[in-house]
Amino acid sequence: MRGEGETSIVYADLGCPHCASAWEEIARRPARLVFRHFPVASKHPRSPALHAAAEAAGLQGRFFELVDSLYAERGRVDDPHLWARAERLGLDLERFEADRRSESVAARVRRDFESGIRAGVTGTPALFPGRAVS
Amino acid sequence: MIAAGEPAPDFTLRNQDGEKVSLSDYRGRRVMLVFYPLDFSPVCSDQLSVYQEVKPQIAERGVELVGISVDHPYAHRAFREKLGIDTTLLADFEPKGEVARAYGAYIETVGHANRSLVLIDAEGAVEWVHESPTPLEIPGANLIFDALDA
Repeated sequence: MRGEGETSIVYADLGCPHCASAWEEIARRPARLVFRHFPVASKHPRSPALHAAAEAAGLQGRFFELVDSLYAERGRVDDPHLWARAERLGLDLERFEADRRSESVAARVRRDFESGIRAGVTGTPALFPGRAVS
Repeated sequence: MIAAGEPAPDFTLRNQDGEKVSLSDYRGRRVMLVFYPLDFSPVCSDQLSVYQEVKPQIAERGVELVGISVDHPYAHRAFREKLGIDTTLLADFEPKGEVARAYGAYIETVGHANRSLVLIDAEGAVEWVHESPTPLEIPGANLIFDALDA
């Protein structure tokens, strides 16, 4: 969660160009933003790895910083680029590596995705303004 | 649009590899026909990509998804490769839209099917139907799970 005010939930795919172009506008909404993972791997094969990396960064308190970074610079998303981003954010790299490959992180991403499916999400970004967070 | 309880019209179409596939091949299993407008269109790409992500959960319920559009098998093959999906796609190509018409899913004015889902039971009867209000509206996968879990 980031920001203050009415809660907005966004289902987004970190490999999705539409999400990247909309991210700046979504992020600056005067709202408490809840990010839900919605990686569509068939369309964006690198997405699952990016979502796992963001979740791992979140375990060190830098979730939105990594999301911002990934959307701001979409072309460099291979593992060495993720390590460089993690270093720039001051993350413990060893922990970041272990976390982003962990089953619990994968389960968290999957849980978000499935909640999006249940909510009827069919494309990203999908913004639900003014929603209660469950 | 065809209604639940009616017998599902049988058909034989070619898949993305040019092989003939008949609805009767699925007898004894449930199958979800996914009528969609056109290969490579942005909305259809989103729809089939999202369905691909939940295919394992749909398969766990004993149901196979089968896409149908008016495109040729060559287009289907390229579309699957582009999207990275492995859903069977059938070519309602010639006579154009004949199967979509039989199910009441064809839109004559635009020359392709409306976005429609038809669940067919193991005996070949229509079990559930969803027709989108417009071809631009994707039926969420939640509707599929609601139908399968009803």
